[in-house]
Amino acid sequence: MVASSLAVDIAGIHLKTPLIAASGTFGFGTEFAELIDLNQVGALCVKGLSLTPCAGNEGQRVAPTPSGLLNAIGLENPGCNYFLEHILPKIRAYDVPVIANIYGHSVEEYAAVAQTLDVAGVHALEINISCPNVKQGGLAFGTDPRMAASVVQAVKKNTHKPVITKLSPNVTDIVALARAVEEAGSDALSLINTLLGMKIDVHTRKPVLGNIVGGLSGPAIRPVAVRMVYQVAQQVSIPIIGMGGIATAEDVLEFMLAGASAVAVGTANLYQPDTLRTLTQALQTYCLREKNFHLQEIVGQALPQGKQSMPYFHKEQL
Amino acid sequence: MPKVLEESPVLLQQALDERTYLLRLKAAQIARQVKPGQFVHIKQIGDGTSLLRHPFGVARADKTQGTVDIIYRVVGEFTRTLCTLTSADCLSLLGPLGRGFDLSVGGKALLVGGGTGLAPLLFLASHLGPDKTDVLMGGRTKDELFWQALYRPFVHHMFMTTDDGSLGTPGTVMALLPSLLCKGYERVYVCGPSPMMQAAAHACETHHIECQVSLERYMACGLGACLSCTCKGREKRLKVCTDGPVFWSREVSAW
Repeated sequence: MVASSLAVDIAGIHLKTPLIAASGTFGFGTEFAELIDLNQVGALCVKGLSLTPCAGNEGQRVAPTPSGLLNAIGLENPGCNYFLEHILPKIRAYDVPVIANIYGHSVEEYAAVAQTLDVAGVHALEINISCPNVKQGGLAFGTDPRMAASVVQAVKKNTHKPVITKLSPNVTDIVALARAVEEAGSDALSLINTLLGMKIDVHTRKPVLGNIVGGLSGPAIRPVAVRMVYQVAQQVSIPIIGMGGIATAEDVLEFMLAGASAVAVGTANLYQPDTLRTLTQALQTYCLREKNFHLQEIVGQALPQGKQSMPYFHKEQL
Repeated sequence: MPKVLEESPVLLQQALDERTYLLRLKAAQIARQVKPGQFVHIKQIGDGTSLLRHPFGVARADKTQGTVDIIYRVVGEFTRTLCTLTSADCLSLLGPLGRGFDLSVGGKALLVGGGTGLAPLLFLASHLGPDKTDVLMGGRTKDELFWQALYRPFVHHMFMTTDDGSLGTPGTVMALLPSLLCKGYERVYVCGPSPMMQAAAHACETHHIECQVSLERYMACGLGACLSCTCKGREKRLKVCTDGPVFWSREVSAW
């Protein structure tokens, strides 16, 4: 059992803990079932799904960097129909909300994926408008507020599920993007996706990744992510799921203080696959030590006075 | 067969040659379960800078003692750190991971390897037994074939090739393999550099002998989740960490 002091409602979904398994780092959840109890995870955000299967990028796909990881998987996935037929039934055996991360190469494709996944067993959609790896489309949607808004509108029109929009940090003004997708109807925000980076092998004198550039994740990007959550939290009223290099309970608290109602753990799953379990235990201990308070009480406490706007935060839920 | 995370004390660090070491770790749960061809995914505890785990094929496991041996060559940052570890140190082990070698072989088996590819094959040799198992090992010089001493208890014949001809047949393993394939082997297992595995697999196909290879790719989670290590197969994309690392050569199309 997870202590009720960790529970949170976000975009209409009830999570037992604020710890979500981040898309692309946790497969479809079942890969980790021998190492952690999926029933005690806040939510599973599954590997990004497209309308048709995608083989991903050629060549080397990951490269370690100091306190970080560069990846250029290229959104390899079996397609949303395969997911519905073969994977979702297995995940539904667990008592955990499923967030389907989706992407497309056009507004129409986003809409079609959303419609296909508008089924029982999928609890919410997370739109990936920010993956920097796919040459066509992906980057443009995430960096232009109008394009981002049009994707959100198209997805909203084609689903009954809450819609979370995952924003790219590779922009000058993250707040402009956040406001645009909020106005377009997004029910929540995920902040942040990976930062565009690259690595060159000095022996071969060539880029290391097959895709040349990749997304940087891990503790190396945490300060950037915390800063963006802090900025956006002051300017939007929809809830924020914070992510970017979370590896310890202190990291979770930092994101919540900056205004995140929930968080996602990503890269840490790849090198320490029991991270979600150990963080859950650590947060429970923290709540007990802090006179048994409810973890949601700290959300936004680091924000400047008077700038907190969290209409989704209801005291009676605590 | 559940995968486990174990905090594993270093028990033994033994130099096998100038840059190859045997590391013995206490990992009782993994030792009990691990099969030849499977790997352990290793991380230094408390290192916040170098995040990723590193996969190593198991070279020996002792169920009674609860120990797992890996044999590694110092080639990069992580292995440079590994060779400084002493019995005061601990590593985090995740395992056993992956699909190991198919052990259902009735007749004679030939193991073909080079470099640290000979480590997982050593574990396989100890399982198959000396009556029906031969090994063909290749190295640049005779010094690289210190493996003879390790293999001697587990195999019947040992065949050697060296690039410089300082021991055995001059050339790569391919200088000897085609003639060996006429000697009635039912199965060939190969682990070594990609060109060696591809050439050996091709030769086996020509002789209609079943062949298993153990692939190596850059890997992150080791659990089949991140898709860092996938490659093109003849029928479907292959996850090296969970569909492999051992494959039938007929499954592989991207060496």
